[in-house]
Amino acid sequence: MDGPGNSKQQRTLTARDAGLIGCRQCTRVSPAGTYRCPRCGARLQSRDITSLQRVWAWWLVGLMAYVPANTYPMLITSTAGRSEEATIIGGVIELMNLGSFGVAFIVFFASVMIPVGKFVAIGWLAWIVRKPHGHKPGHLLHLYEFVEWIGRWSMIDVFVVAILVALVQFNLIATINPGVAAVCFALSVVFTMLSALSFDSRAIWDRIETMSHD
Amino acid sequence: MEARDDMVCCPVCDALHSFGDIPDGERARCVRCNTVIAVGRPEAILRIVVLASTALILMTIVIFYPFLELRSGVFGSKASVFETVMSFSQGVMAPLSLAVAAFVIVLPVARLSLLIWALGPLSVNRSPWPGAARALRYADILKPWAMAEIFMVGVAVALVKLADLATLSMGPAFWSFTAIVVITAFKDTQMSKHSVWTALETASSNAR
Repeated sequence: MDGPGNSKQQRTLTARDAGLIGCRQCTRVSPAGTYRCPRCGARLQSRDITSLQRVWAWWLVGLMAYVPANTYPMLITSTAGRSEEATIIGGVIELMNLGSFGVAFIVFFASVMIPVGKFVAIGWLAWIVRKPHGHKPGHLLHLYEFVEWIGRWSMIDVFVVAILVALVQFNLIATINPGVAAVCFALSVVFTMLSALSFDSRAIWDRIETMSHD
Repeated sequence: MEARDDMVCCPVCDALHSFGDIPDGERARCVRCNTVIAVGRPEAILRIVVLASTALILMTIVIFYPFLELRSGVFGSKASVFETVMSFSQGVMAPLSLAVAAFVIVLPVARLSLLIWALGPLSVNRSPWPGAARALRYADILKPWAMAEIFMVGVAVALVKLADLATLSMGPAFWSFTAIVVITAFKDTQMSKHSVWTALETASSNAR
C-alpha cells in the first residue's frame, strides 16, 4: 500500500513528476497530454494554470456583493401599517433582545464571521502559494478544506428569510417581505464558494517541494 | 513512466500511489496529505443505493406536504417547502426564488437520482446503465450545491424568531426532511471516490 517515494525525507513522487496526469474526480492516472479521463470523462489538467485568476475574480465579486448585503435591509416586517427594516446585524441584535443568545450566535457566526473569515482565508492562501513559502502544507490544507466545507453554511440566513416570508402572511396583521440584501447575500455566498472551488489544492505542495529541493 | 492500472493519484495533492485490493474495513490514506483515498468496504455500493433511494422517496413527501404551521389567534398559515421556495417569486426577487428552489429541492433530488442511475444496477450485480460514468461525475460536482441540511438549520432559526409572535407546529414533512438530512450525511460517509469508480469500471468491463 506504500506509494513510490514513501520515506519522509525523500521527495514525494507526484503524477506530474512521473510525466502523468492524475484525475481529480476518480483518482485514475493517465499519460501526459490526455484531454479527458478515460474512466470518468472529466477534463484533465496536470496543474490548473488559470486557478488563481479565477480565485481572485470570484473573490472580488463576492466581496462586492457582500457590502450591499450588509448595508441594505434583509427583512421588511409590516405590522398593522407600520413597517420595520432589519439588516443582518439588526436581525442578530433583535434575536439577542429576545434572549436567544445561542441562535443569535449561530446567525452572527453564519452571516458575519464565516463570510469575513472566508475572504481573509482564501485571499491569504491564494497570496502565499504564488511563491515558495515556509508554511506547513498540512496546515494550509486543513485551512483550505475547512473554508471549502463551511462556506455553504452561510446560506442559513437566506433560507431563514425565505421561511419567514412564506410563513408570516397574515395580510392585515403582519407580513414579512424580503429585502434587497437577501439577493446580495445569496450571490456573495455563491461567488465565494466558486472562489474556494477554483483553488487548486495541489498548488499548496508544488512550491514547497521546489524550495526544499533547491 | 507508463500509466498502470494499479496507479492511483491523490485527488488533493497529486501524490502517486499504487494500491492493490484494500482489505475490508481498512482505509488507504495519501502518504503526503493524509487524505482518505480508498475504503475497503465491499457492500458500500448497495448501502449507498439503498440510502439514496430512501432519501429520494422521502423527498416527494417533503415537497408538497405542509412543513410548518403557524397560528396566531384566529389566523393561521401553513407552508410547504414548495411554498417556502416560491416566497421570493414576486418582482426583483424571482431569481432568488429559483436559486433557493435549486439548492433545497432540485439539486438534492438530482444528485440522489444521478447516484441511483450510476450505481443502482451495480448494487444488484447487473451491468451499468448507459451514461453511468457521466451521472456519477455530475453527482460529485453537485455535492457542495445540495444544501438540504443547511435549510434545516434555517428552519430552527426561523422557529426561534417566530416563537413569541405565534404558535408553531411541525407537519409530517418536517420529520421527513430531518430523516433525509441524516440519511444523506450517512450515505456520504460510505463513499470514497477511488472505490466507487473502481467498482463502476470493473462492472463496465465485465459487461463487455
